Amino acid sequence: MARYGMVIDTAKCVGCMDCVVACKTENNVPEGYNRDWIVYETTGASPSLHMEIRSERCNHCDDPPCVPCCPCGASHIHERGGVVLVHHDKCSGCKACIAACPYDARFINPDGYADKCTFCIHRVERGLDPACVAVCPTRCMYFGDFDDPNSTVNRLLRSRRHHALIPEAGTEPRIYYLT
Amino acid sequence: MKELISTRANTMIDPVFHIWGWEVSVYLFLGGMVAGMMIISGYFLYRGRQSDATCACLQLPIISATLLTLGMIALFLDLEHKKYAWRMYTTFQPGSPMSWGTWILLLVYPALIGNMLLAPPVWIARFVPVVTRWQAAVRSRPGLLRTIAVANMALGAALGTYTGILLSAFGARPLWNSAALGILFLVSGLSSAAAFVHMMAKNTWERETLAKADNGFLSLEILILGLFMIGLVTSTRVHIEAARLLLSGPYAPAFWVFVVGMGIVIPLIVQSLAVTHRIRHTPVAPLFVIAGGLFLRFVIVSAGQASHWTRMAP
Repeated sequence: MARYGMVIDTAKCVGCMDCVVACKTENNVPEGYNRDWIVYETTGASPSLHMEIRSERCNHCDDPPCVPCCPCGASHIHERGGVVLVHHDKCSGCKACIAACPYDARFINPDGYADKCTFCIHRVERGLDPACVAVCPTRCMYFGDFDDPNSTVNRLLRSRRHHALIPEAGTEPRIYYLT
Repeated sequence: MKELISTRANTMIDPVFHIWGWEVSVYLFLGGMVAGMMIISGYFLYRGRQSDATCACLQLPIISATLLTLGMIALFLDLEHKKYAWRMYTTFQPGSPMSWGTWILLLVYPALIGNMLLAPPVWIARFVPVVTRWQAAVRSRPGLLRTIAVANMALGAALGTYTGILLSAFGARPLWNSAALGILFLVSGLSSAAAFVHMMAKNTWERETLAKADNGFLSLEILILGLFMIGLVTSTRVHIEAARLLLSGPYAPAFWVFVVGMGIVIPLIVQSLAVTHRIRHTPVAPLFVIAGGLFLRFVIVSAGQASHWTRMAP
């Protein structure tokens, strides 16, 4: 089985938010809500400050806490690529999955169900990249299969320093940031 | 220094994570108190006290069913996709405490109804005359009475513990991520229930017994609260920061004044004086205990949502 994930090169990302606009357009994300967003992280002490710009979204974790906590079985792992998805017509809007996510990647859609990044699975099933990856003007985002040792994402992880977000939460996120 | 600026602005998530409001706190409180009432009435029934017409165990089932229904209405109000609430009853998810709770709640009502048959309210007997026949049938079968008593105690314990485990299962919220929460909410529920029955008890033995039992529950509650805090402050940085929210942070005034002071220490002192006959029994201490139980849920639910991995990581 494939394990889809992303590698994002923070040295190339300029925080232009094209990925955010592409996601909202592609997935009809309601006004005032985001499935992906930009984070500007500044660390260090002046004058040795370091800034990292990241495009963030659901990490489609290998061990997603948002799935087993769902009382309706709405939150699930898709058979294709292990993508974490929500059956809208099974979700009761109890918000347990939102409480369970250490990344706060989910939100309640104005229609009442839990909503989140789907890795544009409808595009991936047609052989396309997710919308955010496809539009990135600096080509800083890579989408691929972590189970394929020859995939671009695995090759990048082998050749570059990288980190994931909050690995100590133990959810085994599948989005890595090249530094 | 670490500075995070995010462009995300999702309702209920940003800038302050707040997905559960008064509805969940009220539900957890009422669920816990009903759990305590079921254990107390089940115990009285097990001891054969139903033959005493003044026994609180004869009134508790209808009160419990009413309070639990109010709690479930509050929980329903919290759902964002209300027309799909029934989906919870189309599946059982063993990894979801909420799913366990959903099914436990479904089992609780038959146990309460079984208990209610011992002394069905007059208005129910008028509308459904057959219950008086059932009442006679239940009362004449000691084995069935014992089964109803054990079922009420077991399901009460399950309901009370579940209300805490529901929160403690969320590893993403460091304050909640403690196994002590299940026992804390169960004991707090027992304490609130003992206080409630203490107020409504019609005979002196029950009032004295429940005041003494409540002192035991309150002592146990403060011990578990202490263990809960020790578990947090001896854990990782995010857990220490979570404990600080209650000990010295923005939730400290509510925690120390309303939960610990008003909800545990003052009633413990007052009831200790009452059971040693130095002062009269009054509703003051039980009312404080009940209010403290409600505040405990409000403080834990609110502070838990303020505790976070991302924002607290150094």
